[in-house]
Amino acid sequence: MTLRLYLLQRLTAALMVPLIVGHLATIIYATHHGVSAAEILGRTRGSLGWALFYGLFVLLAAMHASIGVRSVAADWTSLRGRPLTILMWGFGVLLLLLGARAIYAVVAS
Amino acid sequence: MSDVIAVSIWRGRGEGRYVDYEVPRLDSQTVLDVVTYVQRHLDPTLSYRFACRVGVCGSCAMTVNGRPRWTCRTHVEKVVADGRVEIGPLANLPVVKDLATDMTRFFEKWQQAKGAFTPSKTRHDKVAHIMPASPARVEVDKAIECINCGVCYAACDSVRWNPDYLGPAALNRAWTLVNDERDAGNKARLAAVAAAGGCHSCHTHQSCEQHCPQAINPTASIAGLKQRTLGAYWSGALT
Repeated sequence: MTLRLYLLQRLTAALMVPLIVGHLATIIYATHHGVSAAEILGRTRGSLGWALFYGLFVLLAAMHASIGVRSVAADWTSLRGRPLTILMWGFGVLLLLLGARAIYAVVAS
Repeated sequence: MSDVIAVSIWRGRGEGRYVDYEVPRLDSQTVLDVVTYVQRHLDPTLSYRFACRVGVCGSCAMTVNGRPRWTCRTHVEKVVADGRVEIGPLANLPVVKDLATDMTRFFEKWQQAKGAFTPSKTRHDKVAHIMPASPARVEVDKAIECINCGVCYAACDSVRWNPDYLGPAALNRAWTLVNDERDAGNKARLAAVAAAGGCHSCHTHQSCEQHCPQAINPTASIAGLKQRTLGAYWSGALT
């Protein structure tokens, strides 16, 4: 792993901490108020705040996880150099797309 | 207790097998004594490496019952399991023959990690005064007693997975020089240990610390390098 990727993975981890706390707090709050699809959508639909909250979360998670997958692949497979970079970006973009789709579903649809 | 030990020793190069021998059990017998007995009395073609026999030279490390150990300071009594001892070459290194491994890459990585002292003064300058209690020297003292035996290198999962990884010993050596006030090579050294296969490839499994016969903690030295390289990157000294 290179220094920049190492640093970026730790930075994204640190930035995700408050988001994870917020996410867990929301889950606990929601389960205490009778969790249902309607209740969740009522909170998120059309909310710029939740869109930004989860948008940032998805972006950070995609960066963090794709760097981690690159490290695992470097250790456990013979991939090196460019194929490793392609794997990292591919996995990151995939997570970003899946996350963006989920956010779109609960905020904009 | 039986008066003989059933010893199984790796014979061969890349291709090989474990061969069984019976060695008389003696008081205060070391694993190196056992190997030496086999070579002197049972099979003179057995190849292995040793020099000092007192835990200083770092030549005699082998895999003993699955663990990398310095054999000259390992009493058989402490490692024998059900009257048996299995002795093989160190892991993560090519085998030259039997118990002798090729340490070339191991020492090349010391050079790659800029493990050589870079003087900042000449012999005409005054001798530098290093206070033993200074924080930098305290860090050096924790890591300086390495005997280059390769036990940490053989124990390291990251080395096994990534052959380009510099490994605990070379990085530990770099850490002693990073903290050496007399050294002038830290810019190149930090760049070398921050490159791919450097200190950031360590997963902090701590096998090196667990197995080091000198009770050094290379993981802590590597953590120090991670911190120092990040500091250098932030300050622009490392691009």
